[in-house]
Amino acid sequence: MSGHSTYQPKTGIERWLDARLPIVRLMHDSAVSYPVPRNLNYLWTFGGILMFMLVAQIITGVVLVMHYTPHATMAFNSVEHIMRDVNYGWLLRYLHSNGASMFFVAVYIHIFRGLYYGSYKAPREVLWILGVVIFLLMMATAFMGYVLPWGQMSFWGATVITNLFSALPVIGETIVTFLWGGYSVDNPTLNRFFSLHYLLPFMIFGVVILHIWALHVVGQNNPTGVEVKNVAKDTVPFTPYATIKDLFGMVCFMFVFAYFVFYQPNFMGHADNYIPANPAATPAHIVPEWYFLPFYAILRAIPDKLGGVIAMGAAIAILAFLPWIDTSKIKSMTYRPIARQFFWAFLVVCIALGYLGAMPAEGGYVIASQIFTVLYFGYFVALALIGIFERPRPLPASIADSVLGNLQGGSGARLGAATASAPNAKG
Amino acid sequence: MIPVRLSLAAGLAVMALAGPAFGAGDRVKPPAETWSFSGPFGKFDQAQLQRGFKVVKEVCASCHSMNLIKLRNLSQPGGPGFTASQVAALAATYTVKDGPNESGEMFDRPGRPADAFPAPFPNEQAARAASGGAYPPDLSVLAKARTYERGFPWFIFDIFTQYQEQGPDYITALLRGYTEPPAGHSPLLPGQYFNTYMPGNLIAMPQPLNDGQVEYPKGPDGKPQVPETVAQYAKDVSAFMMWMAEPHLEARKRIGMQVMLFLIIFAGLLYYTKKKVWSRLPEHASSH
Amino acid sequence: MAHATETTGTETTRRDFLMLATGAAGIVGAGAVLVPLISQLAPDAQTVAAGAPIELDLAPIAEGQAIKLFWRGKLVFVRHRTKKEIDEARAVNVATLPDPQSDQDRVKEGHAQFLVVYGNCTHLGCVPLGNAPGDPKGDYDGWFCPCHGSHYDSSGRIRKGPAPLNLPIPPYAFTADTKIKIG
Repeated sequence: MSGHSTYQPKTGIERWLDARLPIVRLMHDSAVSYPVPRNLNYLWTFGGILMFMLVAQIITGVVLVMHYTPHATMAFNSVEHIMRDVNYGWLLRYLHSNGASMFFVAVYIHIFRGLYYGSYKAPREVLWILGVVIFLLMMATAFMGYVLPWGQMSFWGATVITNLFSALPVIGETIVTFLWGGYSVDNPTLNRFFSLHYLLPFMIFGVVILHIWALHVVGQNNPTGVEVKNVAKDTVPFTPYATIKDLFGMVCFMFVFAYFVFYQPNFMGHADNYIPANPAATPAHIVPEWYFLPFYAILRAIPDKLGGVIAMGAAIAILAFLPWIDTSKIKSMTYRPIARQFFWAFLVVCIALGYLGAMPAEGGYVIASQIFTVLYFGYFVALALIGIFERPRPLPASIADSVLGNLQGGSGARLGAATASAPNAKG
Repeated sequence: MIPVRLSLAAGLAVMALAGPAFGAGDRVKPPAETWSFSGPFGKFDQAQLQRGFKVVKEVCASCHSMNLIKLRNLSQPGGPGFTASQVAALAATYTVKDGPNESGEMFDRPGRPADAFPAPFPNEQAARAASGGAYPPDLSVLAKARTYERGFPWFIFDIFTQYQEQGPDYITALLRGYTEPPAGHSPLLPGQYFNTYMPGNLIAMPQPLNDGQVEYPKGPDGKPQVPETVAQYAKDVSAFMMWMAEPHLEARKRIGMQVMLFLIIFAGLLYYTKKKVWSRLPEHASSH
Repeated sequence: MAHATETTGTETTRRDFLMLATGAAGIVGAGAVLVPLISQLAPDAQTVAAGAPIELDLAPIAEGQAIKLFWRGKLVFVRHRTKKEIDEARAVNVATLPDPQSDQDRVKEGHAQFLVVYGNCTHLGCVPLGNAPGDPKGDYDGWFCPCHGSHYDSSGRIRKGPAPLNLPIPPYAFTADTKIKIG
């Protein structure tokens, strides 16, 4: 898809630079002339939105660090100092804390879009796996960031999550001690989490560049799942078509983001985290941030310590193997009448797991968590089986055909309607 | 659509059955109060904050610290609206330990606006020792640190109604919620009090407020403008505690409105620009 | 690379206006984002409050002695000058100085024995010597900066060396005969 470059250096300086470091050519080829399937819907703007969120998190984070003190006795008060004394400190801190949640909202929409349209299938396996790596790095970063205010949830979240590693046989206890830098979660733990919380976003940035590189090698998937056949007919140049569309999507997303920052800034946090960390008292009801809840529910569903950790790890790891689990060659669920229903069921399962993760681990909740954990993994089994016997609906001959109405199968208009009820983020 | 219906039904069943059974717990939910600072245009009621401060200063501060509050905060914009000179005069009534001086000794000096609100006890141990073993929590962010479970589906509605006053609602209810234990309740131990809204109903703080305990400013007719009752004190204290917890609430909502309006206009412009740009495609279809 | 794009060429004006308005709105938005990012760099409320004026009792400073103190994190020298030092400072021809200023202008009237100056060399910010009894006081009975050899006189004025300006005077006033308020 990347094809040959259409960059034409105009001035002498541009030609001089192009012969030495063709960076302008690189930018031109990847952000201007890069061909984009012309039938992308608004779910495809979430890649750009995620890039925006990553940069926004890095900028607000760097600024917050100018005022934050990573020390067990001072961290809580330094965050309150930001909220009270620093000019616009409350805004920067709420942007950063809500930004983490919105980052996950966007990434879950992005993931479910990939699941629906089969964006993980050949030739995009590496692209997809890099995405899973980014997701893992995001989870690590978000978790460590939540520890930094050193409130009750920070402290007990850190205690519970680091203790997961103690489930590992033989080396578990040693790993936990090394994570803590002591015999309990304390100042050394806070310091190393702060260090890693600052480092990981830049690692995410690096993997994002690989993710975009892989994307630009294989080209974007599209709602039909039919690959580009004729660049002239099937694609439009990234600039201005995708640029302006991404911008519009981004601003709409910012609207939701700003709504939470200004009008419900603590909605996605926990009241307990406004209580300074107290190693002598666990909050009555400890739960992780909402974006970890489905995995937390899976962890608690298994009545065995090691088993729970393995199940939770597997729930994420299985995503990386999806390109080979799904046996169907058809990418888009639009043309897969049976698999599509399982997709929506899977979405409901993820939301239900999220709800169960927030509930106390007792009685009916545990049984429900176990049922939904089975259903979660059942989706992957189903994808492996359905592809064998499912009869897909006829695909359009090309992207251009699907847009211009020469349809043999699904119609572009109906596709638009289907995606308007976008996959929900609470995954 | 069988799997969809099945899982939808199962999901809803889980939420419906499990929600009331566990989500609400045995806690009595505090009633929702009306607050001047709720909603997108919310602002603090300065007179209420000043009354609340009076109660906090005369009653609460004898046991509770407010370590994150500086006296200067009382005159900052969006707060109780005291003047800088009022705050300086108030600060001067406090004695603050400072030092060490050249001879290495700590000394007392009159307070300054930059000083923190004086704490009643030097440390947590002293506070516990003086309070029968229970630690009176710091009040600075308490209004954001206290909440109650909203449960499904209310927590979703809260996104749109902007309900976020769980803290002040709970504190108001708690301060009003002292009663005799119901018949059949196990007898209270010394230092235990019964409160309808406290999780578990047992609280170590004796009823702090009584009718007429704090004198409120008088109106032109020589009578207090609001009733000097526990109900009113509780509400004023809760409003003041919300301000302590979120001193920039007014600026947040004001700037928020500007940002939201800008984003609507910008999104509108981008939408039409996008349509224009895409209309350049010769065989442009109706989709997207 | 040919794409499915052809400009129709119509409605150019309206599109141009729309593009301009959108671009302008984008610039306004980006500018607004810079406001909090930049103003957070300014001193925060705590720092500003800590910079409130301070009071100082000068009575314990013996004649010929100087003390150091900090106001807003900046070093301040307060020197109780001897008669000889005052006379020296006033004897000099002001016009010949690198940074001409009379000694009368650098102290408060009626309190000529007390000199209050910032304690960082105006060259590159080192702390000049001359406060303690055994310190070198430079060639002019004032201060000597050991970093790059600037000599200040007993009025804190630069007399010799690379420093361009006199030691600046912080804002202060006498509240009583031997009490000052800095700030």
